Amino acid sequence: MLKLDGVVIEAGDFTLRADWSVPAGARVALIGPSGAGKSTLLGAIAGFVAPARGRILWEGRDLGPLEPGARPVSILFQDQNLFPHLDVAENLGLGISPALRLGGEDRARIARVLARVGLAGADRRRPGTLSGGEAARVALARALLRARPMLLLDEPFAAFGPALRADMLGLVDEIATETGALVLLVTHDPADARRFAQSCVFVAEGSARPPVPTARFFAEADQTLRAYLGPSA
Amino acid sequence: MARRALALSPPAWPGAVAAGGLAALCLGTLAVLARAGQGGAGQGGGGLGPADIAAIRFTLSQAALSALLSVALAVPVARALARRRFAGRAAFVTALGAPFLLPVIVAVLGLVAIFGQRGAVNAALGALGLPAVDVYGLGGVVLAHVFLNLPLAVRMILHGWQAIPAERLRLAASLGFSARNVARHIERPMLRAVLPGALLAIFLVCLGSFAVALILGGGPRATTVELAIYQAVRFDFDLGRAALLALVQAGLCAAAVVAAGAMAAPSGFGPGAGRRIEAVPGAAGPVARAADALVLLGAAALISAPIAAVVARGLPEIATLPAPVWQAALRSALIAPVSAAVAVAGAVALLGPILRGGAGGRAAEVAAMLPVVASPLVLGAGLFLLLFPVIAPDRVALGVTAVLNGVLALPFVLRLLIPPAREIAATDGRLAAALGLSAAGFLRLVLLPRLRRPLGFGAGVAVAFAMGDLGVIALFATEAPTLPLQVMRLMGAFRMDEAAGAALLLVVMAFAGFALCDRWGRGGDAQA
Repeated sequence: MLKLDGVVIEAGDFTLRADWSVPAGARVALIGPSGAGKSTLLGAIAGFVAPARGRILWEGRDLGPLEPGARPVSILFQDQNLFPHLDVAENLGLGISPALRLGGEDRARIARVLARVGLAGADRRRPGTLSGGEAARVALARALLRARPMLLLDEPFAAFGPALRADMLGLVDEIATETGALVLLVTHDPADARRFAQSCVFVAEGSARPPVPTARFFAEADQTLRAYLGPSA
Repeated sequence: MARRALALSPPAWPGAVAAGGLAALCLGTLAVLARAGQGGAGQGGGGLGPADIAAIRFTLSQAALSALLSVALAVPVARALARRRFAGRAAFVTALGAPFLLPVIVAVLGLVAIFGQRGAVNAALGALGLPAVDVYGLGGVVLAHVFLNLPLAVRMILHGWQAIPAERLRLAASLGFSARNVARHIERPMLRAVLPGALLAIFLVCLGSFAVALILGGGPRATTVELAIYQAVRFDFDLGRAALLALVQAGLCAAAVVAAGAMAAPSGFGPGAGRRIEAVPGAAGPVARAADALVLLGAAALISAPIAAVVARGLPEIATLPAPVWQAALRSALIAPVSAAVAVAGAVALLGPILRGGAGGRAAEVAAMLPVVASPLVLGAGLFLLLFPVIAPDRVALGVTAVLNGVLALPFVLRLLIPPAREIAATDGRLAAALGLSAAGFLRLVLLPRLRRPLGFGAGVAVAFAMGDLGVIALFATEAPTLPLQVMRLMGAFRMDEAAGAALLLVVMAFAGFALCDRWGRGGDAQA
């Protein structure tokens, strides 16, 4: 279980509060206007932003003292998820050994996850030669290798068209099912949330509200949420 | 969404070691000099004599003249390069980097060949019945400095021109600006921003002029402080006075560095090829075209003629150079890689604290500026004082030369590395942290491979600098000269053909060393 225990994040004028928890293995969408703090909240869980108050706990353990790489978390950023100077296999290898010391068994695992995300044989390619969708698949393959219990997606598919995004979310769902990971997905698109998430968190006006089951989230939207979603939703 | 990035940086402790080493070396030698200077003043009966005051005055005036003249000549060249497109323009801009790497002794030899008593210029003047020019004294020193620094000034100013957004010029054209209007509203404001930095950068370089003054200057009317330090050590063996002069030199450089820091001069060696500037109003006329062509041809002639003279004179000699020249060449070839290693390792180490920022980062940046204040002869004189009682200077000449040249090149290499390193730390540092890379792993797997290009370029420059060094080595060596020192001795013995041959060998070595490192650096590009 991920527990945000009275978390307050402050940066200048910006404040974000969150006080709720979600069970392991859940699929949660974070929805809200730009600048509301969705990415900042993921950053706090991943260890890039230190909360001013409160604690972030995973299975009862305070994550505060842990470095980003030591947290039970894999995170995909909006872009720059791969090192451009390393080839695909090396980028994946970092998911196994951050010092990139790899044995034969490790290489076999890399080949297997590459095949798993539909990129068999791409191991010697550089990120610069990959399409956006392929690069995202490699980053997901690395998350599969790391098999951390939380997968944080900070809009890594935001630049993709609807069909590709649906593909990617399908792949995320499969990978999360295999690894049993809790997925937190930042998105602007209610359709993504409806398709993918069991529950939704609305981030706006300085707070990340407790998660609400997706169907009810959209059915019982209050004024602020309706204003954000607009007439089409 | 302001996020305080807790991203990765390379480890800090090697930077602390490097900064400590720099501080110990630079401040330590200054302390040694200060003590010896006091002693010298005590026994000698009075600090600086009239000759020393004259040296200070000459140092300042030749540096000011050199800077003014270099920049004044560079403005039309840069403008012509900015607004003209012609075959070979990119090559021209690249070639402007050459004098920067050229060993100073070679430049001087070439200038003597062209402007000397029996050079081409005086031959032409004589044929026309005009009085001869003298390449020695203030005129020669300034001429050499202009030759060496004009290209640097052109690149700095060209950089400013290319930073003018093309949209601004399009707007000017649409408003019907004349060339004069463009100059007034666009070009002059740019120059006002760029020129002070260029002036100070060249002034600072010329303050530390040693090799040029050693050969073209000298005497009571054309001695720089650096040269006076050398003479105090080598000829008068008045170490107290040498120390006092070294303190003066350090003070002059420190003042110039502080002034330069206040202006934040742009670096002159960014990408030179530049983006396309569309039609500049008023530049299309035949007069403007002819003027630009003339300016570019003149600059090309000034830069290429001395080098061509050395090549022409040296080429027939190179196969028959005597053994001492080859031995000297071997010594230079051994020194240069050590210097480059010192410069690169030190600069990379300092990146750790600098990327982390805070007080440690600022301390590291200050430490990295120390070698700029402590010139070759200042550091050399301090070490000479320190080592002289313990060991014969000749025996440590090569080692001291290698290390000091590395230290002196370090600030340059570091300035090349900082901007791209900051960018890499900002983008890849977060990803590396998310994946759990250690600080050392980040350095090894991410930062160094991605910095390969500036590392190669920086190492190349350090190699060329060390190959061409004629400051530290002149102070220490008597028995075992490096190649530049050997060239100087051949010149001193009026064996000019041999000197040209040895100089040509030196040029080839310096440029080959640079090219080797730079090519290694570019080898990483296939992957980007």
